[in-house]
Amino acid sequence: MADEQSSYENVVEMRGIVKRFPGVLASDHVDFSLRRGEIHALLGENGAGKSTLMNILAGLYRQDSGSISVNGRPVTFSSPRDAIKAGIGMVHQHFMLVPSQTVTENVLLGLDDPRFLMRLSEYDKKVAELGEQFGLRVDPRAKVWQLSVGEQQRVEILKMLYRGAQVLIMDEPTAVLAPQEIEDLFETLRSMTLQGKSIIFISHKLNEVASIADRITVLRRGQMTAGGVSAVGVSTQELARLMVGRAVVFHLDKSPASPGEVVLDVKDVYAENDKGLPALRGLSLNVRKGEIVGVAGVAGNGQRELSQVIGGLRKCAKGEVRLKGELVSNRSALYGIQRGLAYVPEDRTHVGSAPNLSVTDNVIMKKYRQAPISHSGLLDMNQATRFAKGLKEAYDIIVPTVETPVRLLSGGNLQRVILAREISGEPDFMVAVQPTRGLDVGAIEGVHRLLLTQREAGSGVLLISEELDELLWLSDRIYVIYEGRIMGEIQLGGGDASQETVDVIGQMMTGTPLENIRMERDA
Amino acid sequence: MTETTSPKTRRGGFRLQLEPRLSEPSRWFPAAVSLGAIFVALVLGGIVIAFAGGDPFRSYAHIARASFGSLGVISDTIVKATPIILTALACSVAFRMKLWNIGAEGQFIMGAFGASAIVLTPILPAETPRWLFVPVMMLAGMLGGALWGFIPGYLKAKFNVNEIISSLMLNYIAIAWINYWIFGVWSEGGFQMSAKFPDNAWLPRLLDYAESIPAFRGLTTHAGLLIGILAAFVVWLVIYRSRWGYEIRLIGDNPRAANYAGINIARNVIFVMMLSGALAGLGGMSEVTGVVHRLQTSPIAAGYGFTGIIVAWLAKLHPAVVILVSILFGALLLAGREIQPSGVPKMIQGIILVSLIASDFLLRYRVRLIRTEVEG
Repeated sequence: MADEQSSYENVVEMRGIVKRFPGVLASDHVDFSLRRGEIHALLGENGAGKSTLMNILAGLYRQDSGSISVNGRPVTFSSPRDAIKAGIGMVHQHFMLVPSQTVTENVLLGLDDPRFLMRLSEYDKKVAELGEQFGLRVDPRAKVWQLSVGEQQRVEILKMLYRGAQVLIMDEPTAVLAPQEIEDLFETLRSMTLQGKSIIFISHKLNEVASIADRITVLRRGQMTAGGVSAVGVSTQELARLMVGRAVVFHLDKSPASPGEVVLDVKDVYAENDKGLPALRGLSLNVRKGEIVGVAGVAGNGQRELSQVIGGLRKCAKGEVRLKGELVSNRSALYGIQRGLAYVPEDRTHVGSAPNLSVTDNVIMKKYRQAPISHSGLLDMNQATRFAKGLKEAYDIIVPTVETPVRLLSGGNLQRVILAREISGEPDFMVAVQPTRGLDVGAIEGVHRLLLTQREAGSGVLLISEELDELLWLSDRIYVIYEGRIMGEIQLGGGDASQETVDVIGQMMTGTPLENIRMERDA
Repeated sequence: MTETTSPKTRRGGFRLQLEPRLSEPSRWFPAAVSLGAIFVALVLGGIVIAFAGGDPFRSYAHIARASFGSLGVISDTIVKATPIILTALACSVAFRMKLWNIGAEGQFIMGAFGASAIVLTPILPAETPRWLFVPVMMLAGMLGGALWGFIPGYLKAKFNVNEIISSLMLNYIAIAWINYWIFGVWSEGGFQMSAKFPDNAWLPRLLDYAESIPAFRGLTTHAGLLIGILAAFVVWLVIYRSRWGYEIRLIGDNPRAANYAGINIARNVIFVMMLSGALAGLGGMSEVTGVVHRLQTSPIAAGYGFTGIIVAWLAKLHPAVVILVSILFGALLLAGREIQPSGVPKMIQGIILVSLIASDFLLRYRVRLIRTEVEG
């Protein structure tokens, strides 16, 4: 039988995998298969369910329903140990190494052999040989803390190979690597497949996936939008669309834009990310009053750093940011706040709010310094409570009392608290990063309405989002960001964007500047 | 919450499952859980006493009598509680910002030193009236403690030095420092203590008023209690009703949000450590001028700073509750000596502590009994 045959050449076969977390369907009947000797990329945005699916395969989670078979035999894993026994090893994004121990010691960690006495030199040789075989050059006697990030990753891979892994799951392996290290890694991965290993490559970076993968599976919000398509027959633009998707459209009434003077001017900004790698490389854009300006792009192309530079949370090495003509970059967060800069950060719970403090405490975060809430160093809690109750009414925040700690709020309600706080300052400009991520449809609509109200009130909004549809509905103009640069700017005329516009944006998202696209089209 | 506990039992039966509480428990619940924990601790302690051959009921009755049985012992309990109130307030202020000040002991000692220096240097002559002596000594005590809090605060703010280690080490330096002064400079006739302070450098005690109110005869409760209660009120005001306190609470709950809200965290680290040190220093001043009346190592460096850590924690950092828990600990310290110099009273203290800390778990999780199904 042909079916029997094909399932046997698949090393891993996952069928109808469902995994539910409180409030989220992280994996919704996903099928996934891995052929022997292939590199299969699992592509999707943050939170699309890639890691969940692979954590199930690696024995860290257990699926609610669905089946897994390895080499044609059904398996149930109740721990990573079981998965490793079946030949499946995962290299996590965050390494799990002991810094003060040597490479060999780390590789041997948790194994039964050697039992008691450690004749390490013997094992050093084994580890070195294994490294030689797969092109994973690393000194077995070096202490892990002395190694570069790329070398540490090799140790993680060696750990799995030493345990006899036939299938390697690489969770966003390039996120921590420098460009040259990425090249090395890709070479290693290719040589491993030649020796019969199969690799699952989790990523949200289109170009990488296109250059390394044999087949690609795309996930979006826990669902499969493409299952095991050949990497040869698919363009990166198409992948971008599959990743970002075109979801249910609900129409919002939107009046034509009447933009006024420039409120935010970003000029030629260079900045580094947390790892010290360049994140913004000469980025320029501007926002005028009374318009929503979108920034489109695949995650990790400098969006977060851009918002942090504007919000005063990150220094820029070069260039400047002006708010209403006044220099705000490389000063402090407070400086911007005092000049009416509203900022809805990407991370609601870790940056935008204090989870154990009350709604009241959270909404006064930017107002506690001024009257009427502050009087000569003391807080007028009656005023603060009145202010919080006013926002609760005006913004439909569903919460028993304003004394409730915000950690008990749903994502949508917490986002309302943050938006209410930012908007209540009647800002001339607001930057909002991923304001609807992880929210349900109703909550998304609520956030969209608030953003449009801001625009109507004559305020300028910079909307940074990975949801292309959201940007197309709300924005008057869209900038496309790629590797810390703006690839081009698209004017939107209101109404639905044409397919052509979407294609152009898709091309820019994968690194083609707008001029090149236009030149190609004219030619 | 990533995953529920994996079902280990495959046979039919019951299994405990822990679930994080998703809604706020009602107001009385934390108090009820704490009282329940103390009750459980007393039962456990009673069992141990019974094993050791004692009568648990009589032992507990004795403890109660020895700490709350008469006006005299109540007063003694309060005297024991007074320094703990101040060190616990010191710790609660720092802990609120998740600054782990383990140095209240050293700050307490430096407070005692600062207050003593006013008398012994002498900065104020011995015949200075009490109304001037006491406030100046209070100030000197706070200054001494604040300086000792400033050091780890500055090191953390500037060089990210772990405040747990630096504040802990400063405790030992503080002890060595006062030893130097009482062994050498201020030694009274070669004894390891300073001269007794003049009467007008003492905090007033209840027994001072026994002439007009006979019931006060022999009661050693001193004005340090008032200082403690006043300090608790000020701490409450600062933490819950001031701009500064708001910043402290915000940093304590989420430093990234505080940074996003434009708050200077480094500056707050220094100031909060100084406030914490000043409170502990005030405790040292109160002890040296209210009880010991001279600078002497052993009764000053008696571990109040460490007890303060525990009390602050048990009181959930709330200033009013700090006073109540301090009195409970004062009673345990006092009654402990009554029934056994060491051993059982320490053990009961320990069991109460473990029970209270463990009971905190019930505030965050609910325990559910679940019937496991037979898997087929």
